[in-house]
Amino acid sequence: MKDPVVAGAGVAASIAAPAERGRVSRLTRWLESEKLLATVLLVPGMAILLIFIAYPFVMALWYSLTSIRVGDPGEFVGIANFAKAWNDTVFQLAFKNTVFYTFWATVFKLALGMWLALLLNRSFRFKRIIRASMLLPFIIPTVLSAFAWRWMFDPTFSVMNWLLYHSGVITDRLPFLSDGDWALWCAVLVNTWRGMPFFAITLLAGLQTISPDLHEAAALDGANAWHRFWHVTWPLLLPVTLVVVVFSVIQTFSDFQLIYVLTGGGPANSTHLIATYAYQVGVASGLLGEGAALSLFMFPVLFGVVWFQLRFMKRMEGH
Amino acid sequence: MKRRKFLKATGAGIAATGLAGVLAAHRAPVFAQANTVHILRWNDFVPAADKVWREVFVPEVQKALGLKLNVETVNANDLPARATAAIQSGSGPDIIMLLNNLPHLYSAAAVDVSNLAGEIGKAGGGIYAPATQLNTVGGKWVSLPWAVVPGLIAYRKSWFEEIGLKEFPKTWAAYHEAGKKLKAMKRPIGQTLGNTFGDAPTFTYPFLWSFGGQEVDAKGKVALDSKETVESVRFLVQFWKDAHDEGGLAWDDSNNNRAFLSGDISASLNGASIYVHALNNADKVKTEKGAPLHTDILHAPLPAGPKGAHAYHTAFNQMVMKYSKNAKGATELLCWAHKKENYEKWFVVQKGFATGPTREWEKHAMWNNDPVMLPFKTAPLGQSRLMGFGGAPDKKAAEAWNKYVITVMYAQAASGKMKPEEAVKWAAGELGKIYT
Repeated sequence: MKDPVVAGAGVAASIAAPAERGRVSRLTRWLESEKLLATVLLVPGMAILLIFIAYPFVMALWYSLTSIRVGDPGEFVGIANFAKAWNDTVFQLAFKNTVFYTFWATVFKLALGMWLALLLNRSFRFKRIIRASMLLPFIIPTVLSAFAWRWMFDPTFSVMNWLLYHSGVITDRLPFLSDGDWALWCAVLVNTWRGMPFFAITLLAGLQTISPDLHEAAALDGANAWHRFWHVTWPLLLPVTLVVVVFSVIQTFSDFQLIYVLTGGGPANSTHLIATYAYQVGVASGLLGEGAALSLFMFPVLFGVVWFQLRFMKRMEGH
Repeated sequence: MKRRKFLKATGAGIAATGLAGVLAAHRAPVFAQANTVHILRWNDFVPAADKVWREVFVPEVQKALGLKLNVETVNANDLPARATAAIQSGSGPDIIMLLNNLPHLYSAAAVDVSNLAGEIGKAGGGIYAPATQLNTVGGKWVSLPWAVVPGLIAYRKSWFEEIGLKEFPKTWAAYHEAGKKLKAMKRPIGQTLGNTFGDAPTFTYPFLWSFGGQEVDAKGKVALDSKETVESVRFLVQFWKDAHDEGGLAWDDSNNNRAFLSGDISASLNGASIYVHALNNADKVKTEKGAPLHTDILHAPLPAGPKGAHAYHTAFNQMVMKYSKNAKGATELLCWAHKKENYEKWFVVQKGFATGPTREWEKHAMWNNDPVMLPFKTAPLGQSRLMGFGGAPDKKAAEAWNKYVITVMYAQAASGKMKPEEAVKWAAGELGKIYT
């Protein structure tokens, strides 16, 4: 079947006497077509996605299949880089660290964010100022706050270490960043501190959509505070909570800045996350193919998280 | 605005930006670059030296060469990443400072500066042999040596005297014994074993060599897993526990400076930045008795192990990048900066922290000013080995250094994460992946 617009334009052209007027008319119809308008409006967005998301992703995929290194385009090596990464003990540790870091940071951010949101949902003096100031950790650039924390955890000059050591309470300084396990927990702590406001503010917005009538009705039926939270607040807040958790998991799993500044992946490579290790191999050492393969190991995990999110949102829309 | 007008306007806008041209050129537009040279260097541990570049060289270069000089400084740990990004994107600084054997890693992106190197060597009585190895690939000079920062142990004279030592220990075993006594007095040795560019490898590589360990053999086959290496790791584990500030596992190149200057450690392998800072801030940095700290600092070379004493001095090189639109200007700048009358302005503010690339600078009158700095004067002559020993200091050696393989080997054992044998096997495995 012929496109009605094109067909229409043909008719118009045959009717119009001067050929010029016919061309203008056809252009007018083209520009006024809804399909064309939709396409034109979509193009910038699509272009941004293609240039800034799809192109780097495809390039990373291509790099991961080649032996490219800085200044040398390399050659196709198939999945050799992935196989090398899979057998790399530092990568294995980085993967475990990433899962550990993401899991615990998300658990703490959710628990503390929820607690904070519930507190901020009450009426008290200076409520607005406190709500606004709570966002500070989220507003300060991560690099700056990570530097401040690094100073606080400094092996020699940590505030806590300095006090305890010079007052004679401890003879060996606490190994905040000089012991791998301690350092990873320190990173979890800093990530929690930084990410908690995002949880708190989003959950607070969710809390404010819950009608107080529901709480009143539950209270009249004899529900105590815990019951009101568990049977009224939590179910109604669940959709918002899941969306926030999913976003947080994505951001935390691919975190780079915080670890890079706080520990640089040390001591003895024990705090590397996938992103920091991929950076060290790919960018700092110039092994771009290997670095790309390492970073692409994040993809299946993040894809799974996004898939879960989309599926959940679709279900919610159904409800 | 009507849709047609809008489309016309936006179309004209896109055309005006020349987007098509930018995409075709595969690089961002660079404006007014013809007379500009952008140099990327490290944040010098002697800040006065960066001031010379910014406040003295910039106007003088403008006057002498008609070049607008743009000096950018970053943490030395970030230089390789900046170089990689610049090379891959084909745009960035015209000159990049590269440490140690990194010129081998980036040699494909370098402008040949053999002629200039020849002139510098001729004028300066010869470039040091290690610098020649680090800056030449296939007989071609891919970068120019700018300076060498010798690593010597800065130590508190009075504290060592308090434990009965008039001289700095000559062997690792004697240093271990001294460190034990000092740590018991809350004056441990400070040494980084962190993932950092300078003080960690300049300690771990010579330490390995002094026990007879080496990364590869002369044929380039990995030879790290040896009884000598295991012995060195075993020694360090005990040495670390008995004598060191164990927080050093998380230190970068600046932590030891702060710890030393605040009186928390008794000794540390260092360029002379601790001493130079104490000297430049004599009224602020003092000993516990109130004397200027610099009067209580001396320098000594790393002690000897069963297979002799070794040293590694950090080399600072500068590469003119092939992608540069102004490689000629960049080369002219380096030629100008290496001229004795210009280089001297930078050299003297270093006060010996950095030595020159040629033997000529050993004769400079500055060395007569301060006997404490004298051990630095000829330190580069004492460097007989480079990273990658017993093979070449090539790009594989650079990769191993960039991945901190040798440092992490010691750190894993010192932190108790691995037994010495396991740490050595792990490191040999990592080297095996590089030297394939």
